[in-house]
Amino acid sequence: MTAPTAASTAAGCAAPDQAAPLPAGLDLERETVITGVVRSVQGEAVAGAYVRLLDSTGEFTAEVVTSPAGQFRFFAAPGAWTLRALSRQGNGDTTVTAGRGINEVTVTVTD
Amino acid sequence: MSRDTALVSAEWAEKNLDAPGVVFVEVDEDTSAYDSGHIAGAIKLDWKTDLQDPVRRDFVNKTQFEALLSERGISNDDTVILYGGNNNWFAAYAYWYFKLYGHRDVKLLDGGRKKWELDARPLVTDTVTRPATQYVAGEPDTSIRAFRDEVVAAIGTKNLVDVRSPDEYAGRLLAPAHLPQEQAQRGGHIPTAISVPWSKAANEDGTFKSDDELRKIYGEAGLDDSRETIAYCRIGERSSHTWFVLQELLGHDNVKNYDGSWTEYGSLVGVPVALGDEPGEA
Repeated sequence: MTAPTAASTAAGCAAPDQAAPLPAGLDLERETVITGVVRSVQGEAVAGAYVRLLDSTGEFTAEVVTSPAGQFRFFAAPGAWTLRALSRQGNGDTTVTAGRGINEVTVTVTD
Repeated sequence: MSRDTALVSAEWAEKNLDAPGVVFVEVDEDTSAYDSGHIAGAIKLDWKTDLQDPVRRDFVNKTQFEALLSERGISNDDTVILYGGNNNWFAAYAYWYFKLYGHRDVKLLDGGRKKWELDARPLVTDTVTRPATQYVAGEPDTSIRAFRDEVVAAIGTKNLVDVRSPDEYAGRLLAPAHLPQEQAQRGGHIPTAISVPWSKAANEDGTFKSDDELRKIYGEAGLDDSRETIAYCRIGERSSHTWFVLQELLGHDNVKNYDGSWTEYGSLVGVPVALGDEPGEA
């Protein structure tokens, strides 16, 4: 018997813990990671914000909830993306042109 | 079915937290959200450990479902209000599941956990236990569940609705973009399936769009409601969301959810696959 590693990865669609380290074995030559922090205008990290990844046509692609330190992370593809954050402190969005590897972005929310 | 019977608002929910015969149930794949704070009185269901068979790739059978609901304290006469994270994906999956096993009165909380949190409505961390019941489930209603052979036979004849994101449909991504992309199966979509991402049906706060907006979205996408419809995604939870919209909100009576979805279809040997943004030929 072999452990069903691939199957367990494929089984889920829920957003993983945003504070967790990048998964072991992740190939950054292939993956396009868009990661960063949601901040208030005062510069404080916003925990529990909903961050939506929208494609170049504005279509929804994925959504995660920020960690206690305000962090979020997506596994996308190279190209232009919009990050839109919704929170009790307000909403905001930022665009990014992502390439392979890690792309860091800050999204600021305002009332 | 209609919006009035299938959906409740956050306002209604907050006023009915203690109403007799009403049971709130949070459904998620990862129940750490529930543990960090949930609607008062709500019990939890774990999509993976409670609702999937631990060995075979299938959901729990009638006996297992009866044992689960009995143990959690849900009775046949209760009004079950389902909600969860991920824009109610897993709550919609559970709704479909409760319907499949014949539960009479089940509803979704519009906007789910996201709307509740953004509205700053109260969440509590109390441990919730309910007295055990003797739940009796019906035989599975396969009129709302599609299996793979039926899906292959539907190519070019029934409506196939792919509700994944456009990049997953086209084969450019293999999973939603909050997950790593390394997967075993091929990318693409079932030939002749139209692309109507589940998210078209929802506002950004997670609530469902109005019936008029929904009819326009599926009409413009080319969904012929005189024909049977099969919705699919990657593992069957986003397509439960669309199944809910078509069958429970818009009142179509011929819609099935293909819960095998792309993780099954994209791994089948010998079936046709279409790549790119167009539906492709049968």
